[in-house]
Amino acid sequence: MKSNDLQTIYVMWLREMKRFLRSKSQLIGTLVIPFFFLFTMGFGFSSGFTLPNSIPNMNYLDFLVPGIIGLTMLYSSISAGISVLWDKEFGFMKEIMVAPVSRIAIILGRIAGGVTTTLIQCILILIISIFMGLNVVSFWGIILSIIFMTLIGIGFIGLGVVIASIIEDTQGFSLIMYFVIAPIVLLSGVFFPVSNFPCWLRVLAYLDPLTYGVDGLRSSLIGFTQFPMSLSLGILAVFGIIMVLLSSYLFNKVKV
Amino acid sequence: MLAIETKNLSKEFNGLKAVDGISFNVNKGEIFGLLGPNGAGKTTTIKMLATLLDPTRGEAKVWGFDIKKQKNEVRNSIGIVFQEPALDNRLTGRENLDFHARLYSLDEEIRKKRIEEVLEIVELKDKADVIVENYSGGMQRRLEIARGLMHYPKVLFLDEPTLGLDTQTRHRIWDYILSLNKKEQTTIILTTHYMEEVDYLCQRIAIIDFGKIVALDTPSNLKNILGGDVISIETTLAEKAFLAFQKLSWVKKITQHDGMIDLNCEHGEEKIPLLMEIDQKEAGFEIKSINLRKPTLEDVFLHFTGRTIREIEASQIEKNKRRI
Repeated sequence: MKSNDLQTIYVMWLREMKRFLRSKSQLIGTLVIPFFFLFTMGFGFSSGFTLPNSIPNMNYLDFLVPGIIGLTMLYSSISAGISVLWDKEFGFMKEIMVAPVSRIAIILGRIAGGVTTTLIQCILILIISIFMGLNVVSFWGIILSIIFMTLIGIGFIGLGVVIASIIEDTQGFSLIMYFVIAPIVLLSGVFFPVSNFPCWLRVLAYLDPLTYGVDGLRSSLIGFTQFPMSLSLGILAVFGIIMVLLSSYLFNKVKV
Repeated sequence: MLAIETKNLSKEFNGLKAVDGISFNVNKGEIFGLLGPNGAGKTTTIKMLATLLDPTRGEAKVWGFDIKKQKNEVRNSIGIVFQEPALDNRLTGRENLDFHARLYSLDEEIRKKRIEEVLEIVELKDKADVIVENYSGGMQRRLEIARGLMHYPKVLFLDEPTLGLDTQTRHRIWDYILSLNKKEQTTIILTTHYMEEVDYLCQRIAIIDFGKIVALDTPSNLKNILGGDVISIETTLAEKAFLAFQKLSWVKKITQHDGMIDLNCEHGEEKIPLLMEIDQKEAGFEIKSINLRKPTLEDVFLHFTGRTIREIEASQIEKNKRRI
């Protein structure tokens, strides 16, 4: 990687940061929505919801928080990736496309920016949850969970860019957001353990990269796991690499 | 070496020829104009030269670099101001320039100095730290021109640089363009459908219509092709008048458009009395007005395409209305 590429990544990241800090609605939205989830789900569900017997000594909050973090990572990451669309709409894409810089560096810069903002959000959720009584396994568990968050971020920002590169305009945007995000979330075991699923649904769940993200977050934060951690890490890493390469390829083909 | 060389450059979109085999050269330090109505293929040509679109056929070199094989080298040599805005609205003017300078790897010292310099050129110093969202259209355009200059481009593309701007701002931008060409020896290629713009700025122009270059020369040479002055006559019955004027021996060329008749001739001022001597009653028409002018680029355009740019645009608006 040339120094020019590092500079490109940095300047794309810097731009994302400036835009993030300047947009009050984005700032407030990213911080408030996950709490809304956390409170309503955490207190609302916990009374009437029992986890399967296989999971001893765990309250629903413990089960839910890693899922909410995964969900937030997913939603914010795809949104960050799809923001390429707005650049296309407002013409700024052309400025980026005529610059003498590598396309993969542009994508990595975007991902770096998106991962930073989503991490800020999720670490905040984590801190508040600990105050609410989340039983975290260990300090190293928290560090590990941040690695998982980063991997989820890279993969799904990449997916967002892929979607933004394929759809031509902003018309189909909300529809796609819905049809992409809803199945990924519902299959990933955010709200119920995947082991509760019927067999055929479990197959679909295993195809969902977020399943491994959520499982990795659960195992690192609260010690509850269904897959070996190395498997989750491996699958997320492969997913991330594929998405980065695919998004750079498609991004280069975008008509401006 | 030439600043730009194109050979048989073509671009098709779904079988429609947007640019149809154009070849032209631009010299270093020149201000070169691409003149044509909307949809003639000017922007597509610029986009190909700027490496944003791959040509369907043909080749081109910008500053000696091949637009297909040496994209990064081409990108490094050019600056471009697009027709539609391409700024980040949530950043300030200065931040937009800073972003650009970093993308083009200017080191910190040059970057800071250059930002001040280009802000000075386009007179945006006092607005540099305002978020672009709050800029007027003219200010945005100026900022874009400033940005196009940031990295000392060898060749600057301006795609309709003054489209939709008021006269005052337009003249100011023209002056920037001229001073830029002089001070920094930047080669400039601009597209426009304003005749005054090419007349004022360009050393040579290419007239483009339906994706083809129909004429290429200096503005004064192009005007000379028409041969002398143009007398435009408005009559009550254009068809009859056309037949009558056709018989006049001193008329070099006669054309009819927009209900007017244009006569090309030498020493037009001496011919007006001769026109009045025609027995209008017998010929069956009446002259409503006569206008004499030295040829303009509008006439040149009419000569080569058979239409005026205004006519073309009016019919385009009509078409669009019908589509709606």
